[in-house]
Amino acid sequence: MPGKPSLGLRIAFYLGMLFLHFPIAIIVLYALTTEDRTYQFPPPGLTLRWFGEAFQRQDMWAALWLSLQVAAMATGIALVLGTMVAAAMYRFQFLGKDFITVLLILPIALPGILTGIALLTTFKRLALEPSFWTIVIGHATFCIVTVYNNVVARLRRTGYSQIEASMDLGADWFATWRFVVLPSIATALLAGGMLSFALSFDEVIVTTFTAADQKTLPIWFLNELFRPRERPITNVVAVFVMLITFLPIVLAQWLTRDTDDLHGGGKTG
Amino acid sequence: MTLRRRLSDVLYVRPLLLLSLLLIPPLLWLGIIYLGSLFNLMLYSFYSLNDFTGQVEYRFSLSAFQQLFSSSANVDIVVRTTLMALVVTLACIAIGFPIAYYIAFYTKGHARTFWYLMVLLPLWSSYLVKVYAWRLILAGEGVVSWFFNLLGLGWLLQGILSVPVVGGPSLSNSYLGMFLVFTYIWLPYMILPIIAALERVPKSLIQASSDLGARPGQTFRKVIWPLAIPGVAAGSIFTFSLTLGDYIIPQVVGQPGFFIGQMVYVQQGTAGNLPLAAAFSVVPVVIIAIYLLIVRRLGAFNAL
Repeated sequence: MPGKPSLGLRIAFYLGMLFLHFPIAIIVLYALTTEDRTYQFPPPGLTLRWFGEAFQRQDMWAALWLSLQVAAMATGIALVLGTMVAAAMYRFQFLGKDFITVLLILPIALPGILTGIALLTTFKRLALEPSFWTIVIGHATFCIVTVYNNVVARLRRTGYSQIEASMDLGADWFATWRFVVLPSIATALLAGGMLSFALSFDEVIVTTFTAADQKTLPIWFLNELFRPRERPITNVVAVFVMLITFLPIVLAQWLTRDTDDLHGGGKTG
Repeated sequence: MTLRRRLSDVLYVRPLLLLSLLLIPPLLWLGIIYLGSLFNLMLYSFYSLNDFTGQVEYRFSLSAFQQLFSSSANVDIVVRTTLMALVVTLACIAIGFPIAYYIAFYTKGHARTFWYLMVLLPLWSSYLVKVYAWRLILAGEGVVSWFFNLLGLGWLLQGILSVPVVGGPSLSNSYLGMFLVFTYIWLPYMILPIIAALERVPKSLIQASSDLGARPGQTFRKVIWPLAIPGVAAGSIFTFSLTLGDYIIPQVVGQPGFFIGQMVYVQQGTAGNLPLAAAFSVVPVVIIAIYLLIVRRLGAFNAL
């Protein structure tokens, strides 16, 4: 490796980083602007007024509540199924293992619109009405891989000898699971769960297809985008949504520090 | 012996039983709900719509694909989306590579964690909010126009916007704007795999190369770049596939010309033509499959 980064590389790096973070700063700035009709820049003045107005919107709180419920339910399902498949993939060699790897990656490698419309056509065919549960089914499907990635990475690091030692010392399967395996994968579970939660909380494309008139927060936000009169409210909710998604990510990163990288996998799309 | 103990012993001596107990629930979910749905979607693309009743007829027919390829407007949509996906992928490589290179080779310890997190945070912050931010930035009265006018370059921006195809009434209503937003949104998906690939380049190789008299440029071309290609290819799977399927960005920022995702959305919704929507959604699957076959040769799957 060359000793020092060249000037050109440094410029490209810092410009790239600026590009990545500038829009996020802009969102915060616009939430504070006094201008409520146009996207005028620079803002003519700054105010906190819109925060108060946004927080009085009942429909916003209802959407937030629905999103939290869906995310919690989808994360719960993904935690159980993701851990099971991680344990199987880590412990055993079997025919069709590669197929399962593909099956796990597929929901995030294929565009979200495919998952969405595939589920929709199937629900229609089975005469299932779109409901809270159809949204959860869609979300859990792409959350499983997030949990799987985190748990399987941790299991691979832990090694099987601890489990064997525990069994040699007379612990049964359940005791080994409770006192050896679970503590060693606990933070990976928490990290995977939080990433799943954030993923589900932010998901819009699959939700569009699997929801009827239920509005999760992203769907609510998407509708607000096309209503220019409520612009300041949209700006405030944007900041609000960002804070809610940031927190689990930073926490998950902190939980997996010194152990392994965050295994997020793909996100929206 | 307690029941618990006995059950535990059975699981221990019969690993196959344990394996099936572990695998069956997730496989039922992914295999039946997800794969089954995808299969059902593929089936729909071979159904047709009855012109009189507007109902789906569950009989084998190629009419949806016929409808897709016989209209030049539909073919345009496919070409437009694919071109956009390719251009966005190239731009992500151009912007993402120096960032990944810097992080992989010139940071360590806490600084590295910090910069890594600085790539992760934009990736994980809300997709819709990021798209919305760009709408604010690109709007006629937004930051970009303001900046160009500040530098006295307003005429330049107008000039760019008057270019046919690329331009439009404002940046937020042009393919150029849409390209910027796509590039921004998928950029972290490109940076992360390249960092992973570059981190695996043995430092000794680089030293050996310079000991043998190679200039930095030569070391880069002959040693570093070939080893980075799997990472670049892995990142391109995301940028390419995500652009192909997205329908929110073309809807929020962009021209009236449709993209594949929008067409799927409209056909299943207002137009009520599920077979055509299904046929349209088969298109990205086929394109991505071809793309995957190409990048597999570049070692992309080892870097995912």
